[in-house]
Amino acid sequence: MSVGDATMVEAVKLFDCRDAFSKTLEALAAEDSRVCAVVNDSLSSTKLKDFKAQFPSRFVNVGIAEQNMVGVGSGLANGGMVPYVCGASCFLTARAMEQVKVDLAYSNSNVKLCGMSSGMAYGQLGATHHSIEDLAWTRILPNLSVIVPADPDETAQAMRYSLQHVGPIFLRISRMPVRAVHPEGYKFELGKAALLRDGDDVTIVANGVLASRALDAADALAAKGIAARVLNMSSMKPFDSDAILDAARTTRGIVTVEEALTAGGLGGAVAEVLAVHHPAPMRILGVPGVFAPTGSAEFLLEHFELTATGIENAALNLLGAEA
Amino acid sequence: METVAMLEQEGNRIRLRAMTMTNHSGLGHTGGDLSSADILATLYLGRILNVDPADPHWPERDRFILSKGHCSGAFYAALAARGFFPVEQLKTFMDPLSKLNGHPDRNKLAGVEANTGVLGHGLPIAVGAALAARMRSEPWRVFVLVGDGELQEGSNWEAAMTAQQYDLDNLVVIVDRNRIQQGDFTENTIRMDPMAPKWAAFGFAVEEVDGHDHAALLELFGRMPLQPGKPTCVIANTIKGKGVSFAENKPAWHHGVPTSEHLAAAAKELGVEVML
Repeated sequence: MSVGDATMVEAVKLFDCRDAFSKTLEALAAEDSRVCAVVNDSLSSTKLKDFKAQFPSRFVNVGIAEQNMVGVGSGLANGGMVPYVCGASCFLTARAMEQVKVDLAYSNSNVKLCGMSSGMAYGQLGATHHSIEDLAWTRILPNLSVIVPADPDETAQAMRYSLQHVGPIFLRISRMPVRAVHPEGYKFELGKAALLRDGDDVTIVANGVLASRALDAADALAAKGIAARVLNMSSMKPFDSDAILDAARTTRGIVTVEEALTAGGLGGAVAEVLAVHHPAPMRILGVPGVFAPTGSAEFLLEHFELTATGIENAALNLLGAEA
Repeated sequence: METVAMLEQEGNRIRLRAMTMTNHSGLGHTGGDLSSADILATLYLGRILNVDPADPHWPERDRFILSKGHCSGAFYAALAARGFFPVEQLKTFMDPLSKLNGHPDRNKLAGVEANTGVLGHGLPIAVGAALAARMRSEPWRVFVLVGDGELQEGSNWEAAMTAQQYDLDNLVVIVDRNRIQQGDFTENTIRMDPMAPKWAAFGFAVEEVDGHDHAALLELFGRMPLQPGKPTCVIANTIKGKGVSFAENKPAWHHGVPTSEHLAAAAKELGVEVML
C-alpha cells in the first residue's frame, strides 16, 4: 500500500460469518476424517453445499426433523465421529431442546451444535424465526459450552477450537453482515473475554453482531470525554467472571448488549456474577421480554435501540444515575 | 447346560434381580423389566452382541441402546450377568449417589451407551451410531430396544425415515410389544396396531417373534439383517409382567413395587433364587 492509499477512506468490509463457518468446516473435514455434518434440509442456509460436494459420505441430511437431528448427532459421536449439527438456531434449539439437554449436555456427547442465523437475522419472517431465547436456554445447561463469535476471524477460530474440545458446544452463528472487530493476531480462548478497547469510566459487554456497535458507541463516548472499555464476551459459557469483576472494580458500571431477550442471556450472566461478588450499576440492553415484531433485522435492532446510539445513551444514563 | 435352557434361567434371574432391586429402592418398572428380560438375556448372554466387558469402550463393539430407559432394573441385571460390573453392585440400585441411576447414565456405568429415560431418544441415537459405522466402514451393528407405548413419540418416526433413507442395514430396532403403557393398554390409549405394517411402510424389513421364546430369538437375531440394504425391525410380542402371575398383563404393575411376599412368590414361580 502506498502512503497516498492510507489517507483514502476505505469502505468498511462486511462479512457473513456463515462463510467463515462453512469454509472452516470444510478445512477441518479435510484434516480429520472424524468430522461430519448433519443438517435438517438446511443445505443452503448453512452454506454447506461445498461441504456436501467434497465429503458426500460424511454429510447427513435428516430432513425436517430437528429432534432426530440432535439424537443422530449424539449417536454419531458415540460411534467415534465428530458431528457438526447445523440448522437455523430457532428450530434447532427450540424444537430439540430436550435432545440438547439429554443427548448432548447430560450425556456429555462430543457434538458441535451450530445454530445458524440466530437472533433476529430473519427479521421480517417474524417471531417464529427469531432465535432470541437460545442464549438463555443453552447457557444454563451443564457441560454445554456456548460461543457467540463476533466476526469471521473469531468464527473460524471458534470452529477450529471446537474440534479440539471434547464435549458438546453450541456455536451461535449469525447471518447479519458484520465487520472485523478483533485486532490482527487475536487468539480466541474459550472462557476468556476479549478486550476490544480499554477504558476506565464505563464497561460495555457485548457479543455477536453487536460487538461492532459497542465499539462505535465507545467512539461516540470518547468524543464526549468518556473512556469506555469494550469486552467481547463471545464465550458465554464458560463465562469470564474475572473480566466482569475487574470491570466492576475498575470502571463505574457495566452496560450489556445482546441480540437476545434481556432475561437469562448475557445481561443475566453478568448480573449473576455482580450480584454475588461485587454489586455494580448495570444496564441490560436486548429485547425486553417481548416477541419482536416484523421488520428487517436492521430495523429491529433500531427498534430495540440495539445501536451505537442506544448503547451510548445507556452508558450516559448509567454514569449520570450513578453520579 | 444347553443354551436355550441356560437363557431361560438367565432371563428369570434377570427378572428376580430386577424385582429385588425395585423392592430395595421402592421405585422401578417391574412390568417392563419382566417383558424385556428374555430379549436382554438373549442379546447379552446368548452372545448376540459383540461386546467386551473388559474393554467396554472398544471402538468396534456392537452398540445396544435401551431406549425404554425406565427398564433399567432388567438392563442392569443383564449387564452385571454379562460381566460389565459385579452383580453385588445391583444392591445399590437408586441409592443416593449410586452409579445405578433410576435411568441409565453412560458416564457412570460401563456398558451403557446412551443416557435414556426420556422416551423417543434411543432410536435417533441408534441411527446416528449406525451412520457412524457406515462412515467409518466398520462392521459393528446397533441394536435398540424400544417400548410400544414409546412409539407414540414422533421422534421415533423421524429417525425411522432417516434409517430408511440411508439404507441402514446395520440397525436393528426391537419393539417390546407388551401392549401396556403407564396408564392403560396401548390400544385403549393410542392404538399401536397394526404394528408390523407401520415399520414396513417406513422401509424396514420386519419380522415378529415371541419375545419370550429364546430359541426363536436366538435364531432370528442370528440372521441380521433380515434384508441387505434395509434396516431391521423385530417386533417382540411380549407379556408385561411375564413370568410372575400376579403381575402379568396388569397395567398397575407398570411401576408396581414388589413386597417381600411378592418376591418370595416370584422366586417360586420363576424357579430361581435371589442372588443379590
